[in-house]
Amino acid sequence: MSNDLYAVTVIGHDRPGIIAATTNGLAGLGLNIEDSTMTLLRGHFAMMLLCRGAVDGAQVESALASLAGGGDLDVAVRPVTDEPTPAAGGSAWVLTVHGGDRPGIVSEVVGQVAAAGGNITDLTTRLAGELYLLVAELDLPVGADVEAVDGAIRAAAERVGVRATLRPAEADEL
Amino acid sequence: MRVAAWTEAELGVEGAVREVVRAPEGVLSARGADIDPTSPEMVQLAADLVATMRVSPGCVGLAANQVGVGVRMFCVDVTEHPKARTLHGTFVLCNAEVVESSRNEKAREGCMSVPDFTGDVKRASRLTVRGRIPGTGEEVEFATDAFEARALQHEIDHTDGLLFLDRVAGAHAIYPRQTYL
Repeated sequence: MSNDLYAVTVIGHDRPGIIAATTNGLAGLGLNIEDSTMTLLRGHFAMMLLCRGAVDGAQVESALASLAGGGDLDVAVRPVTDEPTPAAGGSAWVLTVHGGDRPGIVSEVVGQVAAAGGNITDLTTRLAGELYLLVAELDLPVGADVEAVDGAIRAAAERVGVRATLRPAEADEL
Repeated sequence: MRVAAWTEAELGVEGAVREVVRAPEGVLSARGADIDPTSPEMVQLAADLVATMRVSPGCVGLAANQVGVGVRMFCVDVTEHPKARTLHGTFVLCNAEVVESSRNEKAREGCMSVPDFTGDVKRASRLTVRGRIPGTGEEVEFATDAFEARALQHEIDHTDGLLFLDRVAGAHAIYPRQTYL
């Protein structure tokens, strides 16, 4: 049996103990949890994690079956392959977008990032009352015309009536 | 020191409490107009900003565009704040700008105009600012640090049409909250 990598997603009604139950099932199979992220999306529990171990997918699904038993959580397990480490180079940026809520803000603005060959590496959006907020971390490729990208993002934001700010991501090396 | 000695009594008018506007109100995202700090209208606005700050729990600064007026004026008073070191008491500045800044530090900020979120923002902890005092219109330049420096940069950003949201450190540097503290 190989040392396989599995992506596990758990989404649904939030309640205490979901993470404990999930990780207990995985630990019981000897799986090692690598990267994971969990948040509440408008109160809904949402977790994704990658775990590795010498088991097959059916065993992982079986170990987590009781989680979905109540009918208020969706649990999915699928095998994934290791991703190559991204090549160094390019530059890291933080994009903030905020303004009045309406459909299409995200697609209009991040479309400009994609058009420039930029890659979003982290994204949070929040809606509070009428205020829509997006904060994205992104990498622009070597040689990208940052001024042009910034201009395109601002113009896109203006088209949907919001404000966009693109700033270099600062890392303090200690 | 001129700024530290200043109080709103110098304005000679009674301040009225104004309604604070919230994002996504457009006035918060537009740079305010430079103003004549000696005009009676601006003197009244200065008094109103201080009065509004005083009645707002936890409020250590308020910019004119937060009360819906698109001009470059704000008040600050961080006297009671535990993170403050250098203090200049209550003051109002018009057409203010940063002259010098150094020693960035990251800390969590909130804003009366963005009541549902706080965020981690990196700002200079040593700061020199220049601006004009309402009423007399005299120009002042002074240095400060720590929390007063952060409050000044937050307010000067307001006058430039920027919210702390425009400076958050990353996608996980925004935090929802239920009430303004």
